[in-house]
Amino acid sequence: MAGIHPPVTDWANDFDHTDPVWAADPYPIWADIRSSGCPVAHSERYGGVWLPTSHDDISAIAYDTDHFTSQSVVVSEGRPMMPAPQGIAPPISSDPPFHHGARRLLLPAFSPKAVAVLEPFTREYCNELLDAVDGKDVIDAAVDYAQHIPVRVIAKMLGFPPEDADTFRMFVHNALEGVDLPVEKRVENFGLLDEYLRAQVDDHIANPRDDLTTFLLNAEMDGQPLNAEHVGGTIALLLIAGIDTTWSAIGASLWHLAKTPADRERLASEPALMPFAVEEFLRAYAPVTMARLVKDDFEFNGCPMKANEWVLLPFPAANRDPEVFENPDEVVIDRVENRHAAFGLGIHRCAGSNLARMEMQVAIEVWMDRFGDRFTLANPDAVTWSGGQVRGPRQLPIALS
Amino acid sequence: MKVRVDQQKCQGHNRCYSLAPELFDVDDYGTAKELNDGVVPPELADKARLAVANCPEYAIELTED
Ligand code: HEM
Ligand code: SF4
Repeated sequence: MAGIHPPVTDWANDFDHTDPVWAADPYPIWADIRSSGCPVAHSERYGGVWLPTSHDDISAIAYDTDHFTSQSVVVSEGRPMMPAPQGIAPPISSDPPFHHGARRLLLPAFSPKAVAVLEPFTREYCNELLDAVDGKDVIDAAVDYAQHIPVRVIAKMLGFPPEDADTFRMFVHNALEGVDLPVEKRVENFGLLDEYLRAQVDDHIANPRDDLTTFLLNAEMDGQPLNAEHVGGTIALLLIAGIDTTWSAIGASLWHLAKTPADRERLASEPALMPFAVEEFLRAYAPVTMARLVKDDFEFNGCPMKANEWVLLPFPAANRDPEVFENPDEVVIDRVENRHAAFGLGIHRCAGSNLARMEMQVAIEVWMDRFGDRFTLANPDAVTWSGGQVRGPRQLPIALS
Repeated sequence: MKVRVDQQKCQGHNRCYSLAPELFDVDDYGTAKELNDGVVPPELADKARLAVANCPEYAIELTED
């Protein structure tokens, strides 16, 4: 990705989460900052960004909705234009008290029981994806497999045409991974998303059906229908929040198994370990870093934070904190104590976490059922990782034997 | 042994319910609740400890008798 920022040479004072070094391997960067005298780094880029790296600081900021706003959770050069407490994409962009109702609306559709209903469909789709590449010696687990799964599932939930999958993925990529593009380009990209969603919403107004889009169009909060910005923002969020994230988590899990024969063999012979392995992959390779904006000038643990500065919330760094996790940099697929924060902490806990876990587990199971332990990285140097706030493999060639 | 979910802290990560469905339930909004007044039969003691050790919000209290 052609960025507009110079390469980073001083990670403690001038970091940039879109730098290719961070995308390739952010863990040593976080570990150095965490163990330095000052575990919260600062950079002047993006109009000011703070980077806490300990589990303690990351959870304290996630819990502190008085001093930090969720009005925008994606760091960029600009600042959000939609006012708090609703924000552009409720509930992720919302603050209390508005947040509670906006989130509550969504939760039942993503409860464990609701998600279980989607499991057979997801399994069948994963099998179809592998049928389509049957007989090949090398397949790309990110491009041919992982990236399609969450797109297909959320399209079904929202009632969008499955053949629009490539269009969704472009929007998502632009919204999350295009953060170092100039502001005008970002505005243009969001305009395209807006146009697409408007057409889908209009179609659902004309032809109501049993799906999440129609549900949101008819939903009420405090006895009032949702305003059009709320409906549009939430639909955009559901489309964006679940795709890159889950794609990254499935890809990172398969990457780990492809490069670690002992874990691959163990999981192939002890499938009962799967739920523990999924949690460990979520801990060790948590894909999502969120962000907050500082509301007013405020001193956090000795750091003089200024109003309107960003604070990154690197949940993946919290998951590698040795204060909370024994041997944090080791992947232990049957780890017993695992309070990982891959889905965030506090009131914004990922509303889609039950769905994401189901998709991950099914995707890895279908893969293992098909290939057993007979798969390895075709070429470790050919694996590429996305940078920015959602990190996962984007090219992942796997050799099958 | 007893378990109790602090519903102020619980954010619905759903770990307790998936690890120990004999001891916890979650409602449609994800909030967890202990079953049976939280009483943990001896054969489920390990599962209770497992649930506690996997709650990201530190929302489950465990009291040994
Ligand atoms: C492995 C995959 C996923 C990961 C790691 C992940 C991670 C996260 C994180 C860390 C947050 C917290 C945001 C914050 O604190 O500001 C979040 C929020 C959210 N996620 Fe996910 N997510 C995943 C998949 C999904 C899926 C599949 C969906 C649904 C389609 C989804 C929907 C949401 C929503 C609606 C929120 C906002 C919740 C709120 O603000 O109350 N996510 N996610
Ligand atoms: S694991 Fe903790 S946060 Fe999650 S549902 Fe159970 S009590 Fe609530």
